[in-house]
Amino acid sequence: MSQISEEAIVGRGNKDGASLFRDWFRELTTAAEEDRRAAYVFVMGSLCELLQTFDLPVVFPEINSLQTAVRRVAHEYLNEAEDYGYSPDICGYVKADVATQLRRGELPMGRIPKPAIAVYTNACNTYIKWAEIWERMHGAPTFVIDVPGSRADGAKTWQGDQDFENDRRYVLAQLKELITTLEQLTGRRFDIDRLRETMGHANTMHRGWKRVLELNRSRPSLFNALSDGTIYLGVTNCLKGTAAGARYFDDLVEEMEYKAARGIGTLTDEQYRLIFVGVPCYPIFRRFTELFTESGGTFVNSTYLWFASGGSNLGYQYDLEHPLESLAEGLLVSVRDAMDSMFFQTGVLTDMIDAYQADGIVYHPIKSCRTVSTGLADNRRALMRERDIPSLFIESDMMDRRVVSEAQLKNRIDAFFEGLAARRRQAAISNP
Amino acid sequence: MAYAAGVDVGSTQTKAVIIDEERTIVSRSLTETGANVIRAAENAFQEALRGGDLREEEVEYVVGTGYGRYKVTFGNTQVTEISCHGRGAVHMFPDTRTVVDMGGQDTKAIRVSPTGEIVDFCMNDKCAAGTGRFLGAASSALDIPLDQLGPTALRGERPVKISTTCTVFAESEVLSWLGKGKKIEDILLGVHQSIAARSAGLLRRVGIESDVTFTGGVAKNTAMIEALNERLALKVNVSEESHYMGALGAALFALDHILASRAPTKAKQDAS
Repeated sequence: MSQISEEAIVGRGNKDGASLFRDWFRELTTAAEEDRRAAYVFVMGSLCELLQTFDLPVVFPEINSLQTAVRRVAHEYLNEAEDYGYSPDICGYVKADVATQLRRGELPMGRIPKPAIAVYTNACNTYIKWAEIWERMHGAPTFVIDVPGSRADGAKTWQGDQDFENDRRYVLAQLKELITTLEQLTGRRFDIDRLRETMGHANTMHRGWKRVLELNRSRPSLFNALSDGTIYLGVTNCLKGTAAGARYFDDLVEEMEYKAARGIGTLTDEQYRLIFVGVPCYPIFRRFTELFTESGGTFVNSTYLWFASGGSNLGYQYDLEHPLESLAEGLLVSVRDAMDSMFFQTGVLTDMIDAYQADGIVYHPIKSCRTVSTGLADNRRALMRERDIPSLFIESDMMDRRVVSEAQLKNRIDAFFEGLAARRRQAAISNP
Repeated sequence: MAYAAGVDVGSTQTKAVIIDEERTIVSRSLTETGANVIRAAENAFQEALRGGDLREEEVEYVVGTGYGRYKVTFGNTQVTEISCHGRGAVHMFPDTRTVVDMGGQDTKAIRVSPTGEIVDFCMNDKCAAGTGRFLGAASSALDIPLDQLGPTALRGERPVKISTTCTVFAESEVLSWLGKGKKIEDILLGVHQSIAARSAGLLRRVGIESDVTFTGGVAKNTAMIEALNERLALKVNVSEESHYMGALGAALFALDHILASRAPTKAKQDAS
């Protein structure tokens, strides 16, 4: 381990992550000002590794939208889209993006370029209709990659299985078609060596992200998966396939190993280790976390860090000798895992409970996204049958503060902690 | 003799209960919460003191609960009404394992351990459907006092089906049934059954385990008791003190603190 002061290393990931994010957005603003067009992608299956080889700036509309909520201006964007005719029941990310497009790409963080193409997977059903909006607004072509998911819980196929090989070939054929489309769009020839380079960076990032998540099994936990984790998550998406992103994760692993070796945790006096299920409450992002940390609760892991990183948490390593085949396999495995962590959560969560020694689970369904929220109540019931662990079920939203009631959230969260405390007292009495 | 108090500042009414060391209710009071929540808590507490012929300094510990629990400025600590209703219900009916608390603004389903601690809970979210407010809307639409809703509904024979789950729209639906010539008794019976159905849904989410105890202001409504019994196919426990169950639970938590402060170290830890 390098000789570095505690002051320089602890908290570096948060600081550098914020800085990289600002730089990334500055580049997008420059591209917009120079009237260069971008590839619009989503977090689950972004294919940044391939798009960068065509020098396309990459725009993540989901991240732009959530940033409007974090910066407390989402309501302006949502209202604008609703005035334009979009229903209040539609995904908040979509509506904030529609308003962004109506504002010619203007966002609190800067400006985004118009789309040259939208490239996305079927990981979320909204992606497909969302991209059609850009198609109509900007005449941008859309390219959807159909990634086969798991047929049933626990029925995954793996390398060597006939079904898996069929699925891989199916994804590979689509990637080849995408490459042809990108060549025609940009007028550039596909450069497989550049792909090897970006995939190499992605390998470093995947490896680092997996390690960082594993290291949070430490007691005390090294980072809060809801607040700090979301910063790291931003880098896994926006800088995927870049040297800067790879270096960031090397540094982040170093920071977390440093903290783990010295027992340095978060600022929270960790009384209860919690797992978060769902999408964060961005309209009151910091306060939402505080409602837990004030009672000694810290989030040690989150399904969000899995599915919203597009499955990078798996640490999938591309085979650079066979880049295209491996890119297809990586996309298949990672997107499938991202979907599984939403739709087949019971297994994911029981593993997390054991590995992270969790005291409780917090389910956070959101009004905006029924895809990720539907089934959470059933999932909770199924998990409760398998594990005797307290859980909290609270609903708010990722974007729309009209459906976020801090008083109601606090009441339920306080009661959850009262239950956790009572349970601990009872356990102490039973096992003095 | 030491006394402990619980003050439950709810969305519509504020309740205070004072108990003695034997856990017997010495006094209780009820006041409208209104706009000044701090004053409502003070008024309720002072009225309870007067009712018990007690001086403020005789009450050693006060726990605030309810939505306005942090506005009980003279209180020593706060506990959520979810924990308090559970605790109060088990105190009144020791076999209680599930509690349904129906208040002015929300309905809670709470599963409790034999010692009254929360195992799981579920509440309505950002919507007053299935709460006391729903009855308030019906009362307003039909111009019938709240305390007459239950007796009137019990005279119903052919309940109408209330389809809306929205309290705001409930009023217009009630009026539309009136327009169709339905009897007020049948409309009100339908309203009660609709609320009971929604509450049963919440209860199923936490798991219904007998005994079920019905608490909160709406527990005074005889038609709601009947509707719940029918919907759940069991007989819910209802105490004379149902309306005060949150404040009672808070007072019991307050008494824990008093007793723990006198006990050796371990008991203190247990109460903290």
